[in-house]
Amino acid sequence: MRAGRFLPGLAALFLLVFLLTPDSFAFLFRPLTRNNAPAIYHQTALLRLTVSHLSIVAIAVIASGLVGIVLGILVTRPRGREFLPLARSVTAIGQTFPPVAVLALAVPVMGFGTAPTLVALFLYGLLPVFENTLAGLTDQPAEILEAARGMGLTPLQRLWHVELPLALPLIISGIRLTAVISLGTATIGSTVAAPTLGEVIIAGLLSSNTAYVAQGGLVVSILAVLIHHGLSAAETNAARAAGRVG
Amino acid sequence: MIELQDLTRMFDGQPVVRDVSLTVEAGEIVTLVGTSGSGKTTLIRMINRLVEPSSGRVLIEGLDAASLPVHQLRRRIGYAIQGIGLFPHRSVAQNIATVPRLLGWPRARIEDRTDELLELFQLDPARFRDRMPHQLSGGQAQRVGTARALAARPDLLLLDEPFGALDPIIRAQAQTDLRAVQRRLGTTMILVTHDIDEAVLLGDRIAVMDAGRIVQYDRVARILAHPETDFVRAMTGGPEGVFRLLSLVAAAEIAEPGEAPGPPVDAATNLREVLSLCLSSGREALPLRSGGRVTLAAIRALAGRGGQ
Repeated sequence: MRAGRFLPGLAALFLLVFLLTPDSFAFLFRPLTRNNAPAIYHQTALLRLTVSHLSIVAIAVIASGLVGIVLGILVTRPRGREFLPLARSVTAIGQTFPPVAVLALAVPVMGFGTAPTLVALFLYGLLPVFENTLAGLTDQPAEILEAARGMGLTPLQRLWHVELPLALPLIISGIRLTAVISLGTATIGSTVAAPTLGEVIIAGLLSSNTAYVAQGGLVVSILAVLIHHGLSAAETNAARAAGRVG
Repeated sequence: MIELQDLTRMFDGQPVVRDVSLTVEAGEIVTLVGTSGSGKTTLIRMINRLVEPSSGRVLIEGLDAASLPVHQLRRRIGYAIQGIGLFPHRSVAQNIATVPRLLGWPRARIEDRTDELLELFQLDPARFRDRMPHQLSGGQAQRVGTARALAARPDLLLLDEPFGALDPIIRAQAQTDLRAVQRRLGTTMILVTHDIDEAVLLGDRIAVMDAGRIVQYDRVARILAHPETDFVRAMTGGPEGVFRLLSLVAAAEIAEPGEAPGPPVDAATNLREVLSLCLSSGREALPLRSGGRVTLAAIRALAGRGGQ
């Protein structure tokens, strides 16, 4: 338990040092290279790729988060309830339609680069946030809502002061799922020239350089672990604030 | 004064409440008693319009409840339910402050009111103000729930099986406390229960409900002494019936001059307790602390006359 507490800090520190001075870790990756190929990817700085990878993921997650939450709220209101099955189908299709296919479809319309990647990530990330928002808003103790209604909170006040705070832990958990999924999925954006860490992995694949594949994958997975950890902590805090745990 | 006029509520073409008219005097507790499915919960939920009446009117101090926006109406009527429904993400003080905050009271006034209510319900403000609901026992949560319902000095407090979730010992204490709080504040209350003993203990008047109608509405003693229908008789009577009657009468009311052995009792002690003490201590009479005595014979005679 004690060691577990320091692990994320250590991982973050390792990542930072690696991104700032990748060459000092060349000895780690050299065994994975053949024919004296370079051990560290240099065509684009790893730090720059990491920053743009994170930016793309952040934009996509914020967008699918906002849309997913708003959609979840709308279809749980009395007037929006009839759109619930429709919203469920749309987000489920977004999740089941392969992001690679989304890229392939989007490129002819939007051209190469970041835009098709954002679209693919946005659609792919919609379902977890939406479904969790839905679960959080529908699975609430009836007596709490009854008391809120009986005391004269308006529908908007009930949503803002009662329903959303109680649903927050589940909503954050949905955002966490979306963020972790998007972080990995964003790598395929580099097949259509989006500047992500996928560029390193693809370069490794094309030149049969396992060292590239390994360092690209390593950075992405450490980022995923850190984001998972951070949002899990936020979720626990929100659950405590919502009175769910002692 | 609260007036219900010809209230009817239909669900799926079936009347759940039919043509109920009832007047509740200001400052009184009316207990609404009936079996489950008798429509008693639907009836009080029509007062704060959690259920809209199919027909009929509710007048609160002469004002038609239908004439106000529903959230404003509800802020004037306290509402406490069996599940309590404290907001788990808000502290005790924030829970109690809910309606005053909605009404835009200044902060200092809200804080004073919160502490005042906590003290009234025997919860030390310094210890309980900042607690979260999950840190409260069932009895404490119930008191906070009632305090929250009373926070904005409502004209009327509706209580729907407020003690249903409490164990018998805590329930008895909660009933006594509610009665005491009501005596101090003078709030008009309508309390729904399926427990006739609770109805007798807390009510100034009892309304007995059966199949969506009020079958009898009267002062507690009269309901017990003169049940008008078989249903009311079945509800109030049974082997316990005579004890309910005795529980309404204070020892002083049938006291006579004279001496009796053993430790004395208060003049306000009810005859049910006096009887119990007589039987358990094997005495024919008990002395009153204020002088005089109560005899078993007098209790027997009173019970024989139906409490009159």
